[in-house]
Amino acid sequence: MALKTFGNKDTRSGFGEGLRILGETNPEVVALCADLTGSLKMDAFQKNHPDRFFQIGIAEANMMGIAAGMTIGGKIPFTGTFANFSTSRVYDQIRQSIAYSRKNVKICASHAGLTLGEDGATHQVLEDIGMMRMLPNMTVVVPADYTQTLQATLAIAAWDGPVYLRFGRPSVPIFTPDDAVFQIGKADVLIQGTDVTLIACGHMVWKALEAQEQLAEKGISAEVINMHTIKPLDIEAILSSVAKTGCVVTAEEHMMNGGLGDAVAQVLAKNSPAPQEFVAVNDTFGESGTPNELLKKYHLETVDIVLAAERALARKNA
Amino acid sequence: MADLQAIATQVRRDIVRMVHAVSSGHPGGSLGCADFFTFMYTERLQVNADKFTMEGRKEDLFFLSNGHISPVWYSILSRSGFFPVSELATFRKISSRLQGHPSVDKKLPGIRMASGSLGQGLSVSIGAAITKTMNGDPSMVYCLMGDGELQEGQVWEAAMYAGSKGISNLIGIIDYNNRQIDGDVSDVMGILPLEDKWKAFGWDVYSMDGHSYDSMRDVFAAIDSNASNGMPKMIIMKTEMGKGVDFMMGTHKWHGSAPNDEQLANALAQLPETLGDY
Repeated sequence: MALKTFGNKDTRSGFGEGLRILGETNPEVVALCADLTGSLKMDAFQKNHPDRFFQIGIAEANMMGIAAGMTIGGKIPFTGTFANFSTSRVYDQIRQSIAYSRKNVKICASHAGLTLGEDGATHQVLEDIGMMRMLPNMTVVVPADYTQTLQATLAIAAWDGPVYLRFGRPSVPIFTPDDAVFQIGKADVLIQGTDVTLIACGHMVWKALEAQEQLAEKGISAEVINMHTIKPLDIEAILSSVAKTGCVVTAEEHMMNGGLGDAVAQVLAKNSPAPQEFVAVNDTFGESGTPNELLKKYHLETVDIVLAAERALARKNA
Repeated sequence: MADLQAIATQVRRDIVRMVHAVSSGHPGGSLGCADFFTFMYTERLQVNADKFTMEGRKEDLFFLSNGHISPVWYSILSRSGFFPVSELATFRKISSRLQGHPSVDKKLPGIRMASGSLGQGLSVSIGAAITKTMNGDPSMVYCLMGDGELQEGQVWEAAMYAGSKGISNLIGIIDYNNRQIDGDVSDVMGILPLEDKWKAFGWDVYSMDGHSYDSMRDVFAAIDSNASNGMPKMIIMKTEMGKGVDFMMGTHKWHGSAPNDEQLANALAQLPETLGDY
């Protein structure tokens, strides 16, 4: 691997550590949880700051409303539950009381995508990025590893306005250095390349890095961009990369409709049309299984990115 | 300051003129709550009309959960000095700060939360009340809801939370007129027994006549005397939809319909101008 790595960890633990740090550094930060404190890794904040932690119970709609109201008077609420219950279950509450009302709520969502695993499709939300990026005023952040999730958690506390922060359950390699600078809306170009641009978010960034290595062995030079912010999207990073490479693969643990790939396609269509291939879930719900079995069955593996890159290249050269 | 009845009559004139001008809006519930809003903004709420801030520190906060009765709120806010009375003429018109349902994105003073999609205001009010407590701010949070709105599930999530956690700086008010769009609330989906429900959820419950200032004064005096009992307060406020305009009373038909020219003239004849029309 061209990048140095620092072991494996789950991204949700990066959120938990970030929240713990915010407990010490920002007295206005409060946390709300809908009966999933351990799963969201919010235990440390709860233990250290019981007066700033609010157990809402299994009542996500109420949680979003309470969070919105808490901003009136200066609090910075972080809500925590699974991604499905953070978005589709409470979309209208977020739409009216948070996004339209422009309240400074940080919606923190774990267990996103297929890698939640055995719980199955009821819990594997694959539409959340799309739903949240459609909302005016909403910022959408999907960090790639433990360290970046920690850094993103700190960054969204300082960001004025509603934010959706998406992370997950499985343990994945850490490649973000502790001293990296995380900037909302500014993509990380992890590897420079000239033949094809791989744009990924979340867990798929590591797979894009693996794909880059395999493509290099085939003599294909791939550029890898970690698009950790879906909205506002770093249009400049996309266009300057595609100006070099002329074709794109997007990769996300999300539905093809509405996600990162759609966001990138819109930028290309408006500014600089280029062949694009999509590694994403194609209009189907998930199912029970281990994370790796699911990624294989739904074509979200490293090999799928490699094959997509070859298709994009072929279209470019046709 | 004019007496309460004179203000309420002018507010009712404003309501019917506003909805007539754009042939849309919700006069029925607005008229039914005119006396309540007049009382709240004249006698009860401790608010800064001339220095509105979104944060609302050290002042009472009022949330309108049933946002469709925005005409009555806009009228009393303007007549209390939050914004010029002349702006009522822009209600529901393009680029107006007076949106069909209350919003904050156009920065209308007096409003801190969008409402319209029902059932969300009580949760928001709980959050605002918690922040006041955390900030050591002794002022109160008020939330008005419609009775039909109680059919929304989120209301009962909020009811359970506030009761079980003892959110004691929160006062809810239910506009109990037993009317909703499709008919009587009791026919559409019954919500009774109201008092027992809220008591069972841990609330301190009061009954109030929404057209009697004496009843309002008595109930709020009772609430103040029980302020330290650690419970959220809920007022079941009996009102009549369309109150003050005879042909709009006794029916649900004026929930969301505007009067025509002839009906407007009829209504205004029943509501003499007291403070000057906008």
